Amino acid sequence: MSTSAAIASTSAVLPRRGGVLNALSDAFWRNPRLLLFLMLAPPVLWLGVVYLGSLFALLLQSFFSIDEFSGLINREFTLKTYGELLLPSNMDIMIRTVVMAASVTIASAIVAFPIAYFAARYARGKWKALFYLGVMLPLWSSYLVKVYAWKLILAKEGILTWALDKLHLTWLLDAWLSLPVVGGNSLSVSFTGTFIVFVYVWLPFMILPIQAALERVPGNLIEASADLGASPAQTFRNVLFPLALPGIIAGSIFTFSLTLGDYIIPQIIGNSQYFIGQAVYSLQGTAGNIPLAAAFTVVPIVVMGIYLWMARRMGAFDAL
Amino acid sequence: MRSDRNSSAPIALKIAAAAGLLFLHIPLLLIFVYAFTTEEKSYQWPPPGLTAKWFAVTWNRPDVWEALALSLKVAAISTLIAIILGTLCAAAVSRSKFFGRETISLLVILPIALPGIITGISLRSAFSLMNIPFSTWTIVLGHATFCIVVVYNNAVARFRRTSGSMIEASYDLGADGFQTFRHIVLPNIGTALLAGGMLAFALSFDEVIVTTFTAGQQQTLPIWMLEELVRPRQRPVTNVVAMVVVLVTLLPILAAYYLTRDGDQTAGSGK
Repeated sequence: MSTSAAIASTSAVLPRRGGVLNALSDAFWRNPRLLLFLMLAPPVLWLGVVYLGSLFALLLQSFFSIDEFSGLINREFTLKTYGELLLPSNMDIMIRTVVMAASVTIASAIVAFPIAYFAARYARGKWKALFYLGVMLPLWSSYLVKVYAWKLILAKEGILTWALDKLHLTWLLDAWLSLPVVGGNSLSVSFTGTFIVFVYVWLPFMILPIQAALERVPGNLIEASADLGASPAQTFRNVLFPLALPGIIAGSIFTFSLTLGDYIIPQIIGNSQYFIGQAVYSLQGTAGNIPLAAAFTVVPIVVMGIYLWMARRMGAFDAL
Repeated sequence: MRSDRNSSAPIALKIAAAAGLLFLHIPLLLIFVYAFTTEEKSYQWPPPGLTAKWFAVTWNRPDVWEALALSLKVAAISTLIAIILGTLCAAAVSRSKFFGRETISLLVILPIALPGIITGISLRSAFSLMNIPFSTWTIVLGHATFCIVVVYNNAVARFRRTSGSMIEASYDLGADGFQTFRHIVLPNIGTALLAGGMLAFALSFDEVIVTTFTAGQQQTLPIWMLEELVRPRQRPVTNVVAMVVVLVTLLPILAAYYLTRDGDQTAGSGK
């Protein structure tokens, strides 16, 4: 800048120091944009080239098609692959996945709310730390170990059957398993099992944002509602729930997105009917049909895009 | 309404919260019991007997050690890359407002906001398009990408709490940019970086979805476990490995918690 030359002549300013590092330091001071650029370049290059680059390469391939006879990829622009997505069998996979993701999200919100509310409003001191760690430890524990634990629990000879037997409730389990869609031979090969494990694994992702949102609700707001004659149910519906909603939506971004793309849980605990993740995995692996696999991945991207856009409008990003 | 509502919760809420926490923890505790079971062929409960011999069997399994070594190596390199890139990004985003700032935070969050399978399959198809053979580095490439956000989040939160007046004071007292970074910025954000690094390490150590696409024939510990889950060979060994994994991931998480716990009292935050 031109003013720095004028100031440099006055004695109040230290003389310029020599050396490359000092020159560099001075350059950064004089031109903050240079420093900003140098700081941003490595992460943006990494994410832009490695992540976005390969993402776009993949999306590009969804406009190619596969030759049914030779099995080779035909590199010409076509929407044929997207047409294949609309086949009834593929539509089933997509609907099944979205319905599962939605029910997992709703169930997690219901289970998470009391934990988050208690931790935000009533837990103090030691209890607060205990609740925090109680959520953080399962969140960061190994994903596969958690799935494995449920394989142990849900197995026919496992602890759940044993406990129900002790409680003389085996008939309840049998009745549930004989239901169409949600039932099956045992819990570990049914949609119910898949659903329970999904809720378990993603639950901490729901608790933390709800808790963050509820921490910001002043306690006297709840008391004021009660003073004005609202029943606890009314207070919940008209005061607490609207204020917690951004947190619930923030948490649902995780539960929804993670369920949409997961292919390991339904593979280990569930029946043989595919979810989107499994379809993508088998299409790119054994079937070698990269274009259709790529077109399938567009589904969660589009669904999440719409979801994130709506979440942003409802102010969910402030609760993250 | 009574005025002491703040101190005690309704009993229904207490029960619901306690049940929720139990739901989160009982499965993990079960892993510890199963590591000692004498039953080899099924997941029978209650265990017919207890033994510690599977620890010795697991200790002598070279495939477990190889998988562990690869996992540690990948996690260490990915964490290092994530710390550097995540901190740079956080510093840039928090110290100035510039055009495209929102886009950059979105770009950092995207790898975990989109399902992991998308990251995995994009990288896999990019590798095959460019004829890159699978190696440790292809795994690292994937892991570092989604670890950046963990470090970034921790660092951004700390930068926000670090008072800008301290940095200005340092310049006023004659320190140059590097001295300020070394003596003022680094001590302030150090614990946040360490915590972010530990979480990134735990995330990478545990990752399986992206890894299945970028590992080829190599086995990290989660891939080894996945193989055992899909095609069980020796169930008791899996039980022991599962227990050890729980214990190993426990330590960095506890450490990260203690490191960031006092973050609110950062020096100079009152100014």
